[in-house]
Amino acid sequence: MVMRGFYGHTLANPLMLGTAGYPSPAILAEAFRASNAAVATVSLRRESAGGAGQDFWAMIRDLGIPVLPNTAGCHTVKEAVTTAHMAREVFDTPWVKLEVIGHTDSLQPDVFGLVEAARVLTEEGFQVFPYTTDDLIVAEKLLTAGCEVLMPWGAPIGSGLGLNNPYGLRAMRAEFPDVPLVVDAGIGLPSHAAQAMELGFDAVLLNTAVAQAGDPAKMAKAMAEAALAGQAAFVADPMEPRDMAEPSTPVIGKGFLE
Amino acid sequence: MKIILNGEPRDVTASRLSDLMEELGFAGAKVATAVNEDFVPAGARAQTKLAEGDRLEVLAPMQGG
Repeated sequence: MVMRGFYGHTLANPLMLGTAGYPSPAILAEAFRASNAAVATVSLRRESAGGAGQDFWAMIRDLGIPVLPNTAGCHTVKEAVTTAHMAREVFDTPWVKLEVIGHTDSLQPDVFGLVEAARVLTEEGFQVFPYTTDDLIVAEKLLTAGCEVLMPWGAPIGSGLGLNNPYGLRAMRAEFPDVPLVVDAGIGLPSHAAQAMELGFDAVLLNTAVAQAGDPAKMAKAMAEAALAGQAAFVADPMEPRDMAEPSTPVIGKGFLE
Repeated sequence: MKIILNGEPRDVTASRLSDLMEELGFAGAKVATAVNEDFVPAGARAQTKLAEGDRLEVLAPMQGG
């Protein structure tokens, strides 16, 4: 099996899990424990007078896994780059999940701004995980800009619609055989996570599907198991689908009983 | 003087950012700062002075997807 590293880091398993929207910090921690998620995504927001961010950070640090800070909500290159600088200082990591949002309703990335921000940040030593679409030309430009990972969406963030364009994701896998690929956003069910991994992706990144489930820890575990099952299936080299039936039981040797 | 702290008006006495962080209760906190939309690294806070009306952002680790 090909293990593609994420800027030299091999993931312990193919699940990256978000930290937003859980019913409580305790349930968040339980979901991470139950799933063994390999990476936790985090953000930077205004600190409250009560120091809510300090408590949150103490809890995330206790998870003992790498953090991937995002630039969620940024709509311009400048805003995303400044946020990345601030995140690098706070989280002490060169990793950044780069989001430059272009459309408020769909949260579709502004791919032009994304490529520009990726170039700026790579030149400054960041290791960029770009939240992008399945457009191959954009992907090519992100790689040229210095990205060594691509994170195409499956469907809009928080929609839970799954993989809207499996063809596009398959094409991406075929076009960039050496690049670590992550389906980021849109995964709502374990079957979606399995499908992404069956396509040969290296990981899935999800948040809402776990955080908003009735039992987040149970769903996190289901997602992890599905991702691993899909990964194993890809390695096992699945059969080619066909339109016509073909009996699996041997025809020869059937008794004459009419 | 009056500054804008995280989007809200605030009366403060210190003008040097490092002193101001102490005054605001952020001394030693895991936060990053920006003044007038530009990042100010922790190491540069002592050399950064704020003026009336400046906008200070103090950001901390938070939930994210």
